[in-house]
Amino acid sequence: MDSIELTILSQLVLSGIIAGSIYGLIALGFVVIYKATKVVNFAQGEIMMLGAYFCYYLVVTHQIPFLAAFVITLVFSAVLGIVTEFLVLRPMVGEPTFSVIMITVGLGTLLRSAVGFIWGHDNLALPAPWGDTTWDMGIMAVSPAEVYTVAATLFLLGMLWAFFKYSKMGLATRATAFDQRWSFLMGINVHKVFSLAWALASVVAAVGGVFLAFMGGLEPNMGFIGMKVFPAVVLGGIESIGGAILGGLVIGLCESLAGGYLSEWFGSGVKELSAFLVLLLVLMFKPYGLFGKEEIIRV
Amino acid sequence: MPSGQFKTSYSEDIKIFQTLWAKSWLWAFLVFLVVMPLFADKYTIYMSNLVGIAVIGVLGLNILSGYTGQISLGHSAFLALGAYCLTLLTLKLNMPFWLALPLSGCFSAFCGLLLALPCLRLRGLYLAIATFAFYFIVEYVITHWDSLTNGTSGLTVPEPEIFGLAIDSDIKLYYLIMALAALSMIFAKNLFRSEAGRAFIAIRDNDIAAEVIGINITKYKILAFMTCSFYAGIAGALYAVTLSFIGPEHFTFLMTIEYLAMGLVGGIGTIAGTVFGALFITALPEAIRFLRDWLGNDFPFLVSRMADLQSSIYGLVIIVFLIFEPSGLFGIWLRLKKYWLAWPYSYNK
Repeated sequence: MDSIELTILSQLVLSGIIAGSIYGLIALGFVVIYKATKVVNFAQGEIMMLGAYFCYYLVVTHQIPFLAAFVITLVFSAVLGIVTEFLVLRPMVGEPTFSVIMITVGLGTLLRSAVGFIWGHDNLALPAPWGDTTWDMGIMAVSPAEVYTVAATLFLLGMLWAFFKYSKMGLATRATAFDQRWSFLMGINVHKVFSLAWALASVVAAVGGVFLAFMGGLEPNMGFIGMKVFPAVVLGGIESIGGAILGGLVIGLCESLAGGYLSEWFGSGVKELSAFLVLLLVLMFKPYGLFGKEEIIRV
Repeated sequence: MPSGQFKTSYSEDIKIFQTLWAKSWLWAFLVFLVVMPLFADKYTIYMSNLVGIAVIGVLGLNILSGYTGQISLGHSAFLALGAYCLTLLTLKLNMPFWLALPLSGCFSAFCGLLLALPCLRLRGLYLAIATFAFYFIVEYVITHWDSLTNGTSGLTVPEPEIFGLAIDSDIKLYYLIMALAALSMIFAKNLFRSEAGRAFIAIRDNDIAAEVIGINITKYKILAFMTCSFYAGIAGALYAVTLSFIGPEHFTFLMTIEYLAMGLVGGIGTIAGTVFGALFITALPEAIRFLRDWLGNDFPFLVSRMADLQSSIYGLVIIVFLIFEPSGLFGIWLRLKKYWLAWPYSYNK
């Protein structure tokens, strides 16, 4: 392998890791919500998008400095998560899976069209606070946004892991995930756990959305990335926080390598397709994902 | 139940028309459908065609999701398969329309079989994701197989002809679509009076219990997938003929959402609800357009954001119906009927 090929390969691997971190961040939101409330949130990508657009609104329209805008965005996302859970998901507790999935699909459609309604369909750019600088990493150059994305992913992963493992509220969340009714009887405030899970997931998603906006700009269809994250979630197992990140990285790498080496033969869309092909193959042999727990269902 | 109706045998209980009244109302409705094009304008007929196509498509979705309980997020893929199959058969092979139409349904059903195989052991979330992946793959193939599908530029659908009679106007197409929609309704209605239909419902209500009492789950799940995709294929083929031009942009994920909204609004797991849902969702853009024309002078941005307004209302309708009226318009209809049957001594909780 000569040096040019090596450079291409390392670039593909690096861009795969960066895309994978974004997938991982969104997947993290899925897992947090699923762990606590057993709801599969098909609107996760749209919540991410709304966070990014809100940040854009603050930074570009109101000229608020980026750091302040970022903090306000996180607070806004947390509130959005809590309100959504209260208005839309709370009435659906105890309904069949079909209805719960459908209501999040409806929610996603509503949020996506609302964003298109308010901000239009043009690709908008979120100016980065660090300008156009790039950092030279020897064989290739990376932008600060890419480095921060990976760092933020690792940071949030660590925080969430510690939260679930060591904090009292995290323990309550795990208990609720295990059995809602019993947790309720043991004095855990299940409603609070639900709100908290949605707030956390929305905040994580908003972080992902803002970094994604630095790299690719904003458009109403960026929420579809939430659908593309499903392969990552299924690969990593929907119950596992570490698995979400790992699944995200695997899918990111898979897409990046397929895009680099296969699009000559199969055209430009093969990048996105590869993730779904991997997904279908995995589901065919492991119906609960690679690391998912097999559910024992009783009649 | 109307008073004075006492059932003494099982066959009386599963009769489609419980009373003479129900039967005569249906006949009146059929006569109305036949006579309607004589008085209606071109646009109304075109919209009725879309409703008829939607009825066929939603019936398919209802069989799979409403009656068998298998979530599908890939419905528009099956419509696309049917539409492209019909167009290619008539365009490239010069196949007669009467043969190409059932063949495109069969092709779609075959693809349904292919999807059913990996989906047999999946449920809930995993099934939804797998069907979404299927949609993604079909969309990719249609967009990228340029030599066959002409990619994003799309294809012109040849004018259909049945035994020498060219279907060159919306009115002729109207009679074709309504006849097929009626056939689909009759088939679906009878399906759920048969063993297969009852097996579907048993799988929905509890698949493990169904397996325990001896229902072959594999067989019936595959059957449900194939019936659903056959219906969708026929609906897609008719959609292609109605539009007379098809491209990948006609079969987006939003179309799946639209069909799911129709099913949910009408009442998931009901045959008659399908018609309500298809009518409601197809008429909804008209209502929005009316609203836009009414408010458009004061709020000019409404005009340019029409598509977003429309899809946001689909989303809203799904949420509102799921929370407040899970049994859909059909449920409201049943409640009204019950209320008036016992009037003035109605009991409402």
